[in-house]
Amino acid sequence: MASLITCPHCGSRPKEEFSIRGEVRSRPEPAAPFETWYRYVYVRDNPKGRQKEYWHHVLGCRRWLVVERDTLTHEVYGVTDAAAYRASEVKEAAE
Amino acid sequence: MTASRLSSGGLVDRSRPVSFTFDGKSLSGFAGDTLASALIAEDRLLVGRSFKYHRPRGVLTAGSSEPNALLTIGTGARSEPNTRATVQELYDGLVAKSQNRWPSLDFDIGAFNSLLSPFLGAGFYYKTFMWPKAFWEKVYEPFIRMAAGLGKLTMESDPDRYEKAWAHCDLLVVGGGAAGLSAALTAGRAGLRVILADEDFLLGGSLNASRAAVGGVKAPDFAANAVSELSSLANVTLMPRTTVFGWFDDMVFGAAEKVQKHVAEPSHDRPVERLWRIVAKHAILATGAIERPLVFGGNDKPGILTASAVSTYVNRFGVTPGSRVAVFTSGGTGYRTAHDLKAAGIEVAAIIDTRDAAADRAPDGVKVHYRGAVVDTMGGKRLTGIITERSGFEEKIGCDALAMSGGWSPVIHLACQRGAKPVWSAEKQVFLAPESDPRLALAGAAAGLETLGEAIADGAAKAKAVLSALGKTAATADVPEVEEQDFAGHQPVWYVGGARSKAFVDYQNDVHVKDLALAQRENYTSIELTKRYTTSGMATDQGKIANVNATGIVASMRGVDPAVVGTTTFRPFYTPVSLGVIAGTSRDEHGRPVRRSPLHGWAEKNGAVFVEAGLWYRSSYFPKGEEKTWREAAHREVMAVRKAAGLCDVSTLGKIEVFGPDAAEFLNRLYCNPMLKLPVGKARYGLMLREDAMVHDDGTVSRLAENHFFITTTTAMAGEVLSHMEFYHQAQWPELKVRFVSVSDQWAQMAIAGPKARAILSRVVDADLSDEGFPYLSARDVRLKGGLSARLFRISFSGELAYELSVPAAYGEAVADYIMECGAEHGITPYGLEALNILRIEKGFVTHAELNGTVTADDAGYGKMMGMQKPDFVGKQMATRFGLTAADRMQLVGLKPVDPKNEIRAGAHLLREGAEPSMANDQGLVTSNCISPVLGHPIALALLKSGRERMGETIIVFDRLRGDEFPAIVCPPVFIDPENERLKGEAQVSPQAKEEASR
Ligand SMILES: [Zn+2]
Repeated sequence: MASLITCPHCGSRPKEEFSIRGEVRSRPEPAAPFETWYRYVYVRDNPKGRQKEYWHHVLGCRRWLVVERDTLTHEVYGVTDAAAYRASEVKEAAE
Repeated sequence: MTASRLSSGGLVDRSRPVSFTFDGKSLSGFAGDTLASALIAEDRLLVGRSFKYHRPRGVLTAGSSEPNALLTIGTGARSEPNTRATVQELYDGLVAKSQNRWPSLDFDIGAFNSLLSPFLGAGFYYKTFMWPKAFWEKVYEPFIRMAAGLGKLTMESDPDRYEKAWAHCDLLVVGGGAAGLSAALTAGRAGLRVILADEDFLLGGSLNASRAAVGGVKAPDFAANAVSELSSLANVTLMPRTTVFGWFDDMVFGAAEKVQKHVAEPSHDRPVERLWRIVAKHAILATGAIERPLVFGGNDKPGILTASAVSTYVNRFGVTPGSRVAVFTSGGTGYRTAHDLKAAGIEVAAIIDTRDAAADRAPDGVKVHYRGAVVDTMGGKRLTGIITERSGFEEKIGCDALAMSGGWSPVIHLACQRGAKPVWSAEKQVFLAPESDPRLALAGAAAGLETLGEAIADGAAKAKAVLSALGKTAATADVPEVEEQDFAGHQPVWYVGGARSKAFVDYQNDVHVKDLALAQRENYTSIELTKRYTTSGMATDQGKIANVNATGIVASMRGVDPAVVGTTTFRPFYTPVSLGVIAGTSRDEHGRPVRRSPLHGWAEKNGAVFVEAGLWYRSSYFPKGEEKTWREAAHREVMAVRKAAGLCDVSTLGKIEVFGPDAAEFLNRLYCNPMLKLPVGKARYGLMLREDAMVHDDGTVSRLAENHFFITTTTAMAGEVLSHMEFYHQAQWPELKVRFVSVSDQWAQMAIAGPKARAILSRVVDADLSDEGFPYLSARDVRLKGGLSARLFRISFSGELAYELSVPAAYGEAVADYIMECGAEHGITPYGLEALNILRIEKGFVTHAELNGTVTADDAGYGKMMGMQKPDFVGKQMATRFGLTAADRMQLVGLKPVDPKNEIRAGAHLLREGAEPSMANDQGLVTSNCISPVLGHPIALALLKSGRERMGETIIVFDRLRGDEFPAIVCPPVFIDPENERLKGEAQVSPQAKEEASR
């Protein structure tokens, strides 16, 4: 785990200010098949390596962030506001 | 004379005597002494008893790797066990006590353990004491604990303050010796923000114990000059007494600073210790090296020290551990110490050198025994001589101290704490740190260099590399010239053959060579297993002295290279760190702040007994007159609510204001029941699920305007629900135009419940409160008589005619007082959590006792509330999955005992009549219970398999823990007023009230 996370709103902050929800999963469309929903709710990839995770800056700006980091080396590749991440995800899906 | 203070020399301040006590005896030293050097000056070499065999032990080292000299420092609440005397700065009034001895250090009955030593070998925990099993707790463990222990912790609360701080720098230099000072000077002069931290109170490291000349001045003066130049630089921060104990991700280093551990009475204006987190762009570890003892028979007697420790005591502290000192060495270090002794006028008995020959020159008149070996030592509580063997010939040499050197192990701990494995250097015969991060470099002895000159040059070079990485250039730095006699390196001898008594590897845990051999014979050959089987390296010094020797010995035994054996894993902390400094200010009320409701004052003056609920102090009950138990008070309160009226503080509920054109849509997706068409001015019960369809939380949702909602959560889940809402709003549905904010602390909220509630509130609220003017589930902004803005909700958690009134927090107490005044003639009674709980159980309302994370809406009886026609809500998809709709799920029911004398208690399990109590036969569990004051007998809520189909069935309430086993009847969870007639108070009745509440 990283010691410091660079919040896009607050800058470099200690990890103790954040709470972590785990792997980023796109919430399926309501009409998606049950299998898709099942995987969304219960199944996690738990990779050894690069992973995107939801981090909540609870003791800071209270924004949810998407932190892309390496579960093995702990290197952080990038931090995005979760709303911006979701918007880009939706846009990608549309294209 | 044996050990003593030399007549001159050293860096101690002889004009400032310092007095202290050791085991009650008054002794004295000088400012600048460590406790160890002062004890040596007073000829106190015996300072402790070993862990397992209670062997007499003395000071071994002059630094933080010390395994033997562990003392308890201070008295009363400030007594601190297991303090290393070798790093404890001496101060006036210091009280030191030896440990692990009884009745006294000189006469210790536990030394009897030595006689048991055949049974206390490696793995003795696993073997000797395994059988019979029943003996473990009563016989073996107490015996081991009594026999083998470290110092005792005080049971008094720590009176001192601790704090935490962050620091930031371009370059962190860990270690203030030759390499560290040189690196800090180079970087500091070039303008970098530098932090230099060192565990010692005097910066300079081995320079302070050296007789070399550096840059034309004595080595300690060179160090002092460097420190004074560094102090003059505004961009350099010097942190003596600060141990960098860990290297963490993102170049964050943990350090513990001893701020006031060198004074008898710390000032309360400052902490005694400070925990630093240092964020560095680059770091240079100039952490030096630890000298290894030689492993030979009888190598643990008081008076046997490492050679560098002897040099340090002589040169830095002006004390000698003996008057006639022998030297046993596998390389040049022993010769340097011999010269240091000689220069101080101390007799050197002989040099025993394990090598065949050496270029090293002994002091004049000192005999050198090449190919020599010490095979045993003489003396009991103090060394009196050594027995050497050379080509089969034995010789006894009288001496009162022995300086031994087995070579040096670089201190690479920090560099290996993040997973990188040490690398064995065949050339240098040491473990070196691998290159794992370009931002971290090792310099000097930590990088395997041996001389002062090399260390100083290396420190400067590593700092220059940092400068160029940061795009700066170094000022033309002149690396000072070092004038020092040359000494050769070491040819490691992992253990000395022919030992005639125990040869210790790990002094602190009493692990000797034969223990390591046993571990190999029994196939615990991996070094990690050897460690755990023998406990070598598991003591408070974490193997600083033992581990490399253990690796070398195991390698020899297995006939492999040390590279094959490797090392055990390095982890923080480098040296022990107090729990106090890790807690920092987070203790007592600062660690667990008290939350008080805005109505706390009101509750207090009405005689409330408070109960902790999370951080909150909530009023539990309000005892009156002769009432002795909570139950007497709570039953009176319940009857007052049922017959007249009560006032209850519900301010601790989570409160969230939700605004925006999409507020209704947002809430419609968050709650499982429909919210879109909630009319303005109305409240509704709301149930939030998780995505897995289990109930997350419940509360009320009120629509105050088209685009403005006010929702409540349970007290415990207030923070959780806010995060949950933020997650869905930000990460899932950012397109929704909605904003929300927690207002939990902004409002004082009180429930006024009971048939007289309307009459009382009509005197307070400036509004028509008739059933037509303010029907059930109304939620509106109102004005109090007198003009205060407030919010009024007609909702009920008791089944009675009830209102909840919210007023701005600061007005809460005054409003509650006024309501009590207006309600006095109607018999208004304050009621607390206990009464609230009974009222809701009588009505079958659920709390988190029932909604325990495994319960679906349908399990709780709210299945019909779910808006399955809604396109989407959190939990909808899983709600219909197989397993969550199974007929045998546990469902909410009520229970009444067949014999009303039997009280059903929460936590009890349910069994079919005649069934064996087993997991397979478990039918469910009791979640809440009370004695109903209205019904006059015990009642309970329970989760029971297929519960709703089992009304009227007799079931066994089983609780082996409390010895309960009796029959009860399954019944609907609503015990009183199932038609909800009481909601209307004294006016008309609507049987649909409850359903209306949930639609
Ligand atoms: Zn932030």
